Formats: sequence, structure tokens, C-alpha cells
Amino acid sequence: MRIDSRERFDAAVSEALAGREGHKTEILVCCGTGCLANGSQKVAEAFAQEVEKRGLEAGVGLFTKKTGCHGFCEKGPLVVLQPSGVLYTKVEPRHVPDILDKTVAKGELIPRLLYKDPTTKKPVERYAEVPFYKNQTRIAMRNIGKIDPADLGDALAHGAYAGLAKALFGMTPEQVIAEVESSGLRGRGGAGFVTARKWKAARKAQGERKFLLCNGDEGDPGAFKDRSIMEGDPHSVLEGMVIGAYAVSAHEGYIYVRDEYPLAVVHLTLAMEQARQAGLLGRDILGTGFDFDICVSRGGGAFVCGESSALMRSLEGKTGEPRQKYVHATERGLFDCPTVLNNVETWADVGAIIQNGGAWFAAMGTERSKGTKAFSLVGKVKNTGLIELPMGTTLRHIIYDIGGGILGDRPFKAVQTGGPSGGCLPESHLDDPVDYEKLTEAGSMMGSGGMIVMDDRTCMVDVARYFLRFLVEESCGKCVPCREGLKQMLAIYDDLVAGRGRPGDIERIERLSAGMQLGSLCELGKSAPNPVLSTLRYFREEYLAHIEQKACPAGICRDLTAYEIVESCEGCGVCLKACPAEAIAGEKKALHVIHQGKCISCGACYEVCPTDAIRFFPKAELAPAAAASRGGAS
Amino acid sequence: MITLTVNGKTVRAREGSPLLEAVRAAGALIPTLCQHEALEPWGGCRLCLVDVTRPEWNGWAKMVVSCLYPAEEGLIVQTHTERVVETRKVVLDLLLARCPETPLIQRLAREHGIEKTSYLPNPEPTDCILCGLCTRVCDHIGVFAISSVNRGAGREIAPPFHEAPPDCIGCLACAEVCPTSCIPYETSDARRTIWNKAFEMVRCPRCGKAHITKAQADFYAGRNGVPQSYFETCDACKRQEMAHTFSKLSAGAGGTEMETGKQGNRETGRP
Ligand SMILES: Cc1cc2nc3c(=O)[nH]c(=O)nc-3n(C[C@H](O)[C@H](O)[C@H](O)COP(=O)(O)O)c2cc1C
Ligand code: SF4
Ligand code: SF4
Ligand code: FES
Repeated sequence: MRIDSRERFDAAVSEALAGREGHKTEILVCCGTGCLANGSQKVAEAFAQEVEKRGLEAGVGLFTKKTGCHGFCEKGPLVVLQPSGVLYTKVEPRHVPDILDKTVAKGELIPRLLYKDPTTKKPVERYAEVPFYKNQTRIAMRNIGKIDPADLGDALAHGAYAGLAKALFGMTPEQVIAEVESSGLRGRGGAGFVTARKWKAARKAQGERKFLLCNGDEGDPGAFKDRSIMEGDPHSVLEGMVIGAYAVSAHEGYIYVRDEYPLAVVHLTLAMEQARQAGLLGRDILGTGFDFDICVSRGGGAFVCGESSALMRSLEGKTGEPRQKYVHATERGLFDCPTVLNNVETWADVGAIIQNGGAWFAAMGTERSKGTKAFSLVGKVKNTGLIELPMGTTLRHIIYDIGGGILGDRPFKAVQTGGPSGGCLPESHLDDPVDYEKLTEAGSMMGSGGMIVMDDRTCMVDVARYFLRFLVEESCGKCVPCREGLKQMLAIYDDLVAGRGRPGDIERIERLSAGMQLGSLCELGKSAPNPVLSTLRYFREEYLAHIEQKACPAGICRDLTAYEIVESCEGCGVCLKACPAEAIAGEKKALHVIHQGKCISCGACYEVCPTDAIRFFPKAELAPAAAASRGGAS
Repeated sequence: MITLTVNGKTVRAREGSPLLEAVRAAGALIPTLCQHEALEPWGGCRLCLVDVTRPEWNGWAKMVVSCLYPAEEGLIVQTHTERVVETRKVVLDLLLARCPETPLIQRLAREHGIEKTSYLPNPEPTDCILCGLCTRVCDHIGVFAISSVNRGAGREIAPPFHEAPPDCIGCLACAEVCPTSCIPYETSDARRTIWNKAFEMVRCPRCGKAHITKAQADFYAGRNGVPQSYFETCDACKRQEMAHTFSKLSAGAGGTEMETGKQGNRETGRP
């Protein structure tokens, strides 16, 4: 049915809701990329087969559906039963008959499939009680994990396109922009530019053609929020874009999807197909006479292609390299036409803002950062995954309450936010509310919402070097400060971690950083020194130790670290087995010894020793003879 | 025309023209390595950085590359503020590390007080500064034979698959535009080679000079729809021929040979 009036829209929603009334129990199997990799497709098939075999669907009102990512991939495949809200983790096909017999039929829980709180060690029965979810507020991700992304009816039943209907049936483009303005929404893809300001400029710009783009390039290593949105609720992106197009009066749009996201492309394409048939996209949307259609475009495969001007070049069929133009894309962007580019998450927020009002969104967050923000929480925390929280939540709350604290209850050392060109914040910033300004002030940034937690076994010099290694490969190489600067910066760090640091290195790093920040063509080069400068700012003594004492205080840099076994060794032999270099010797129940000449300083023994009998110390303190026999760093 | 100031000096410029032109008109000396008047500005070398401000910006200034920034009425341009000079030095220092043996870079660095790079000198010295002039001139002609390949530190200029470029017409434009003359080529009456591709030469039917490759003649003919024979005659002979024709024509019309000769010259833009 083509929806061409307010009445028909309401009727379509009622129909979608009615279709679900027969479902006494819904079995939601997460089929996001993470769970798929863990075998959730097989689980979904097993449910479908078992249900059919038992002839349950008709009789009991059972309904299995494949949803998008719940964000808790490390515990996948995840299965949620609705309406009871029971969450099962790490489900395998062999568990399916049990789940049907016990939980669905009799309401009995299966303890071994329940999620166990890593802090209290107690099983948690319901999805909504899991600390990881309990503390979240989901707007951009409002329907992910709840709906079947391949079913428009399911999306409609969960409120999709209500914002679009409200806008097209009852608001002028100016009113739409005003609503978005009052929400305080800022870009979720990088710089945090005020969304309404961009739209206003594009609305005002003269041009026969105007373009509306969605940035789904998501090049930050480890980030997957945009992928989850595009896969799990593609309609939220489409809805936001149609509203945006109406607001700025654009008729053509592109979604630029990272090349490694085939499932996102499939789901977006299917959703667009269904939306077109329903009259929610394409010609004469909702019968209002407004036309807007979207093409999905596969990305160029490089991190830098996510940068605004490079993305537009790539869409134009040229090399995806940044181009400096001293004119806003809202005036001259894609094909030199007025263009609005927003991130996937930004677009996903728009529908909810129109539906609930700008004031509702602005009630959450801090003074200048409103609403909620998605983060990919990874690293040394107990719970990793995708989360969405009100702006202004403290880092401590995120890491300790949602993340469950540091793995192995080790001490916290730093959290890196903002992706590869973000910065590392130390413990003293744990109580900072997370918003655009606070993160920038602290020397980091919001970026796309990456969050990597690090424990005390992290060398901050090595961390900075890790990001430099990523960036040196990903710089497009067009401009000198970024291309040559990153190469030289990495060379300095290669020296630092190898014990070849020299006095004056810190000053050289600072001077080069300033040159890159001021001289580079695009934000990649301008922000590339962030990991360097933030670690220098908060962990300067660690740099000094590398340079002056040739020591790595965290015991990570191999060329600077030696290991030895101390008295408390019980001779269990675990380390002996773990050592890849066969450098450890010792009889059972007797003190073990590390042969310094063979040791490669990998730290494997240190990690496994159950009695903490292994100690690391600066290699420089080794007896000269032993040091020489290693032939290692000079 | 609009008016702006460069280092305190008032200059007039066409609105929207590259600021670099106004900077040069004001006599300010700033180096550039990736800019060429026949090509679109590119902004890769970052040497033409300047500080710009306006009275209403209350002391705030921004650093821009002048080859790309459009000239605006009332703009106040400073080409040698402390941060601009410092950034330019970092860039030259980095270029010197990349090209430690390249005379042009050595000279520019020295002019900015850098005798020796403060960074790690390239263990495999190259003369290519990756200014992109060669690929851009090739694209500009419409040949697209060479391009920059690889990202980041591995970026280099190369023909497709590092093989003799199938599309190259051997015009030598890339080699001529290269500021460090680092594209090797050989040319003689019989043969020309560039990018490991050998070209047959076309001899001018009038004077016998080998002035163009056969591939060039084919390419120009294909593009302009003019008979190939037109491009086989060298420019000098073509001018002569034209002058001759004109003189015959105008002799009939009562003109003089001298005048028509001038006319012909003006058309080709050559002295
Ligand atoms: C090197 C680089 C990579 C970027 N990658 C992305 C990306 O993957 N996704 C994204 O939305 N924005 C990315 N951005 C930011 C975009 O340039 C742009 O600011 C953003 O898409 C605008 O949308 P927003 O205002 O909704 O955030 C990147 C920027 C830079 C400099
Ligand atoms: S800053 Fe880096 S990524 Fe950006 S244009 Fe320059 S070389 Fe390319
Ligand atoms: S070969 Fe010459 S013109 Fe081409 S990029 Fe290198 S230096 Fe520039
Ligand atoms: S001349 Fe190279 S950046 Fe302007």
C-alpha cells in the first residue's frame, strides 16, 4: 500500500501494530555482524526449524525475528525473549529446544545461559537489568535490537517515520529547522558542528541541485556504531535524511558506506526499496508532492575518505583525497552544488527529535552538548560494546558502571577517546562530564565516539606510537606536513621505544606537532598530533624515563624491559610453558630462572604467573655481561 | 577589482582570484612548490601559507594557503608572522629530510636558515617532492597517463602498474613542469623515451626536424578533429606557411607582408 495521506499513515501503523498482537512471545535473535560472526544465523535457523517442527507458531503465537546488533557482541549470540525480557547470552543451536521447552513454554530460566554480572558474579535475568543496558538512554539506537531491520511493518510498529509524517504533514521546512535548532543537535561524526546551522546555510544557498549526504564511512579502527545503526535500523537513517531533505529542499541524496560493511548495504538497500514502495521515499513522498531519493555508494576504503571533501571527491568518481576549499560545502560541495553532509548517528537522531520535539532532546546533556551520544567502549574493561548515553555522563560512570570496571580489577591508567586522532585522558579526568568542549579542553575530542580503556600495563609512549602507525598509513600523502611529518614523528617514536631517545626529543616532537597542526591541509593532519600531545601532557615523566633512563615504567617496550623471577615462585611451571622463547628453566616446586640471553621480553610469563613472582625492571639495570649477550638495544 | 593590504601595502586584485597573485603583486617573497599558473591550485606544499585577518575579527587571524584562498575586499594579509615563518620552516625542514640532495630544496631551506635537516634524512634520497605538478599537467592535457599511487608515506608518482604507461603520448610536459627536473627522459631526432616508453618521432615534412612524437600527433588530431598532417608540420614551418598564405591573400587585398606576418604571430602568442 502506498501511503499518501495522514490517514493512510496512521492506518499503516495501526495495521502493523495489529499484526503483532498475535505474538505472545517474540524470540529476538541478534543478527548484527558481531553475533553473526559468533554463529547467530544458525541459532535463528534452529529456532525457526524447531518452532515449525513443533507446529508452535500458529498455536502459541510464537514469532522469531532476526534483529540488529544489541551492542553487547562479546557475549553473543544474544537472544531476547519478549515480552518477558529474558536475555540469554552465548546461545548455540543446541540450546534452542531447551529454551522453547523450559523458558517459552513454562517460564523457567536456564541459569547457564543468563548473563553474569562480572562485579557481583550473580546472574541477571532480564535484559533491562543488565548494568550494561540499564544505564543507557537510546535515541539514535532506539529500535536497534528490537526490530527486524528487513521488515518495514515492524519498524512502523516501533514508531519509525512518525517524525517524518509529523514534519511533512504539519511543518514548514523552516519549522523543521527551528525544531532541530532548539534540540541543540551537533554532528556526531567528528567536529560537532551545529546541525541546524548547516541546514540553514544549505537552505539559503542558491542552486538548481542540492545534495544531502550521509557519512557511513566509519574508518576509525574498532568503531562500529554507524555500522550497527545502518544494519540494525536503516529506517532511522532514511527517515532523518528525508526530513533533512525536506528542510533544505534537496531532492538527491547519497549514503556513503564503508566498503567493509556489506550487510549495512544490503539492509539499507532493502529498507530503501520498502520505503519507496510505501511512499516514504522517492517520488511524491506521503502524497505531499515532495520528491527525494537516495543512492547507496560504497566507500573508497580509506580512513581519509570519511573526511568531508575527500568523501565528496570520491562520490564524484575521483580519487578520495581531501581538497581545500575556502567555501563551505553547504554552498559548494558535491559537484559544486550546495551540500549537507551528516553522520549516520546524526541522521538517526533527527526523526526522534522531530517526533518528540527539540526541547525533549535538549533536556538531556550539558550546556552546549545536548541529547545522547553513542560510544564504542573497548579495551581493558569487563563489558565492552556499543552504548548510548546522555551527553555529560562522566567517564567514570561509563568505565566503572557500564563497563563494569577494569579487567582483572587492575588499576586504571588512561582512556583514549575520539578515534585515532583523539587523545588519552588520565585518572584525574575520570570525573569529567563527556561533552564536546570538555574533551577538547582536555586535549582529546569526541570524534565519532571511540573509547579505549587502558590499564596500568600500558606504556603511553607505545600507545602514541600505535596511533602514529595507523595514521602514517592512512594519511593520503597529499600535503607535506602530514605525510612527511607523520613519517618523521614515527621515526622519533621508534627511537624512543628502542632506547635511542635523545635529549631534545620532546622539544622536537612539540615543534613538529605545531607545524602539523598549523600547516596540514585537512583535519587528519591537523589532529594527528593529538595522541602525541595528550600523552606528553599527562604522562611526561614516562617520556623522560624512556629518554633519560632508557626505561619503560609500564614494562611494555621490549627493548627496554627485562624480567626476572623472585623468591615467591612456587615452581608451578606455568611460565615455563607460556614462554615462546624457551628462556625459562626450573624443576617442579623449585625456583624458576629466566635465561636473560634467550628472553625476548614478551611478558608472557608475567601475564600468567599465578603468584606474581615475576618482576620486570629496566633492561639498563641488567649486568652489562647479560645485556651484551642479548645483543639487544645499545 | 577590490583592494586589500599585504604586509601593510595596499594592492588591487580581482575578486576571488588566488590571494597568491595579490601577495606577489605586493612584492612579498614567499616560496611555492606546487603552484603553476596554467593549473588549478592544489594546496599540497603548504609553503604559500599566510595569515589573514579583517578589522572586524578583533585581532583573530587564520592561516590559509594563499594559492587557494580567494582575494576579498579589505582583507589584511601578513606573509611573515612568527607562526607562518615557523610552520614554513618545519615544512622545508621536512622536505629537506625527504630530498636531502636536491639543490632546489637545499637552496630554499638555506634561505630559511636551515642548513641541515633536524629530522631523519631519507635513506633513499629522492628528488621528487610530490608536488603533483606532473600528474596535474598530464590530466590537464587530457592524457591521464601518470598518477600518484599509494597513500601516506608510500605515496609516489607512477604510471599504472609501474609499467610503460599505455596512454602516455611522450609530450614531455610532466618533465618540463617538474620543479626538480626529476623525471628522466631522452629525446633525439629518431626516438624519444620517457617513463620507460619509447616513441617514434614525426619529422616535419618541410624542414625535416623531429619535433613531436607520432603519439602526440595522433592524440591532438583525434581530439581536435583536425587532419593529422596539420600537426606533423612543426610550429616554425606552420607559421611560415601561414605568413606566406596571408601575404598572398593580403597582397591581393593591398596589405603588406610585414603586417600579416605580425598578425600570424599574435595568434600563436609567440614572439
Ligand atoms: C580523517 C577524517 C575522517 C573522518 N571520518 C569520518 C567518518 O568516518 N564518519 C563521519 O561521519 N565523519 C567523519 N569525519 C568527519 C567528517 O569530515 C564530517 O565532519 C562529518 O561527516 C559531518 O557530519 P556531522 O556534522 O553529522 O558530524 C572524518 C573527518 C576526518 C578529518
Ligand atoms: S592532512 Fe594528511 S590526509 Fe589531509 S590532505 Fe594532508 S596528507 Fe592528506
Ligand atoms: S615528479 Fe616532479 S613534478 Fe612530479 S610530483 Fe615529483 S617533483 Fe612534482
Ligand atoms: S603553492 Fe603549494 S600550497 Fe600553495
